[in-house]
Amino acid sequence: MTTVSSTVAAVRPGEESAAGRVRKRLTSRTASLAAIVIAVLWTTPTFGLFLSSLRPEDQIKSTGWWTFFSDPQITLENYQEVLFGTSSSSGQMASFLVNSLVITIPSVLFPLAFAAFAAYALAWVPFRGRNWVYIGIFALQVVPLQMSLVPLLSFFSEGVSVFGTQILPAWNLEGPARFAQVWFAHTCFALPLGVFLLHNFMSELPGELMEAARVDGATHGVVFRRLVLPLVAPALATFGIFQFLWVWNDLLVALIFAGGTADSAPMTVRLAQMAGTRGNEWQRLTAGAFVSLVIPLVVFLSMQRYFVRGLLAGSVKG
Amino acid sequence: MSLLSRPVRAALIAGSMSLALVATGCGSSDPKAPAADGGDSASAECAPFAQFGKHEGKKVSIYSPIRDKEADLFQETWAPFEKCTGMKITYEGTGEFEAQIQVRTDGGNPPDLAFFPQPGLLERFAKAGKLKPAPAEVKKLTEQNWSADWAKYGTVDGTFYAAPLGASVKSFVWYSPKMFAEKGWTVPTTWDELMTLSNTIAGTGVKPWCAGIESGEATGWPATDWIEDILLRELGPEEYDNWVAHKLPFNDPKVVAAVDKVGSILKNDKFVNGGYGPVKSISSTAFQEGGVPITEGKCALHRQASFYANFWPEGTKVAEDGDVFAFYLPGNDPSKKPVLGAGEFVGAFADRPEVQAVQAYLATGDYANARMKLGTYVSANKGVDIANAQNPIDKLSIEMLQDPNTIFRFDGSDLMPAAVGAGTFWKGMTDWINGKDTKTVLDYIEASWPKS
Repeated sequence: MTTVSSTVAAVRPGEESAAGRVRKRLTSRTASLAAIVIAVLWTTPTFGLFLSSLRPEDQIKSTGWWTFFSDPQITLENYQEVLFGTSSSSGQMASFLVNSLVITIPSVLFPLAFAAFAAYALAWVPFRGRNWVYIGIFALQVVPLQMSLVPLLSFFSEGVSVFGTQILPAWNLEGPARFAQVWFAHTCFALPLGVFLLHNFMSELPGELMEAARVDGATHGVVFRRLVLPLVAPALATFGIFQFLWVWNDLLVALIFAGGTADSAPMTVRLAQMAGTRGNEWQRLTAGAFVSLVIPLVVFLSMQRYFVRGLLAGSVKG
Repeated sequence: MSLLSRPVRAALIAGSMSLALVATGCGSSDPKAPAADGGDSASAECAPFAQFGKHEGKKVSIYSPIRDKEADLFQETWAPFEKCTGMKITYEGTGEFEAQIQVRTDGGNPPDLAFFPQPGLLERFAKAGKLKPAPAEVKKLTEQNWSADWAKYGTVDGTFYAAPLGASVKSFVWYSPKMFAEKGWTVPTTWDELMTLSNTIAGTGVKPWCAGIESGEATGWPATDWIEDILLRELGPEEYDNWVAHKLPFNDPKVVAAVDKVGSILKNDKFVNGGYGPVKSISSTAFQEGGVPITEGKCALHRQASFYANFWPEGTKVAEDGDVFAFYLPGNDPSKKPVLGAGEFVGAFADRPEVQAVQAYLATGDYANARMKLGTYVSANKGVDIANAQNPIDKLSIEMLQDPNTIFRFDGSDLMPAAVGAGTFWKGMTDWINGKDTKTVLDYIEASWPKS
């Protein structure tokens, strides 16, 4: 945190006064105390969930997690059941974890790649109607995801036909092939925001840089790969993290396009089923929630550096 | 749609790329399937399934709100059927059945079969022309195996669509046989006896009844079951049907009287809420925990469906001579036994021969018996052998369902329009427990009935 802000301050001495005032105000003792209190309040439920996940079933069901301190009982049974249970009534989370990864990784990479290409073209390749295309994509952000679920589902299962003529055939996917539908859906839903975000970053890059490269004989492909991509890396990382967390935590899209069977459903779908038909097995949810939390946590912590840098880059350039 | 076309087209490349990847990945695993089975040594085992024909390599998908352990048992039950007919049944259980089945049907991607827990929902799909009428074979089996009451719930506008599957009995009062034996109390057989018993128990310093109606966004439903049970007894089955169909207004004086009768227990501070506190604690107690004080001796009676057997704390013996058991919620006249219950219906969105074969198989007594042998299960199927019941409460339920004198009626809130049956009725009952008077609450529910 400190290194980033000091470099920003060094690069832009003109803004020292305003930024410095804000920083001074935020580094007082009361501010630190408030920050600590907020952090503790924020973490308490998660901590309670974590303790609960380690307690035996009858304890979870009869008393609150805070009784742990007066009567500590620890078991890994919940995790054992949730992760490696073999019947569909226990977790089987291990195999759903793989499904989640198979869904999430392409669903992050596809929109990232397409959005980067599109943003570059819209920002630096001059062609007629460029701004209208950009406004169109930007406007698409207002379409709520829920509205397009049914049309998209019928696009997959019935294809597209206009006045009775079949233009695109139905996909008719079954089993693990349905991953393709989920990738497709997530890519569609992510593109407007992705293009908008990356376009804003790329259009802020100095035009002289591109011109110099063009003079040296670089094609658009080279400019994109050697100049633009490294420069917008923080933005790519930011969008990547957002998209990762969104897809990882998504239940709705997966439920509709991947279905609920073990060969294609991600962990969120499994978590929703795990409490049992009448919700009487809810002790599993504590451990299940923690298993599903681990990977986003690792991703976030390992990429946090880019995350902060990306957000800052946007704010000072604005 | 036109708004979407551009990004859709852009992303199509992604889709087709991945499609190609997946297609190549899949090809290698497929050819194994036909080679796996095919030994004739198992022909004796397969004899009972011969009538359903051979459907080698065919697939049938089933969508259902039942998941977890019960879902495992379903799949275990039809495994021999799958093996002998050569088809593969894909079962999918979900907690969002009501919303999802609509989305999938609208999107042109319905399952082949769905287990509908609400006849009202089934009716909606049948009227929209999405469901296929049941084949003659299934109709014949249903007439043979279920009472006319049950068959009626699978019929829409004179066309028979869906055979019943499982069932649960709601007209039960849970009690502790041990406690009753110790104190010398006996199981009541009329409403008056029940009230006398309640007073006797209240006299000993124990609050006789306990209840809990908290159930997340469905809070209130256990109270609606109470009301339905008493209405069925007070008004009789014909008037009950009229009430469900809204031919009898929700705030009719007869309904008010019946709800007040329930209030004489649920809103009586002398009688409730054993183990939890005053009347209002009912609305904040989870329905799963509602009857638990019985095991601690803090409460004596709890009205809840047969499935409550799963909610007792571990180690509680559910039997006639055990820690807890249930008796029939009595009415005014012991010679009449109306039973309130619920169940699932197998609706079909496809009419391929293999789908119809599964429908027929699920309607047979053989299926119900095989399922019962594996674990707790109740079906109103007359072909069920009561000896296969896995526990005393299932046995009692099946006895009640098979009794020719039993008048069965489906849980009314599952038959009403969702705005009422899964909305204002629940909410109204919660307000009622929290102190609003009967007439105000019933007026509110009456006003919310959709006009069409």
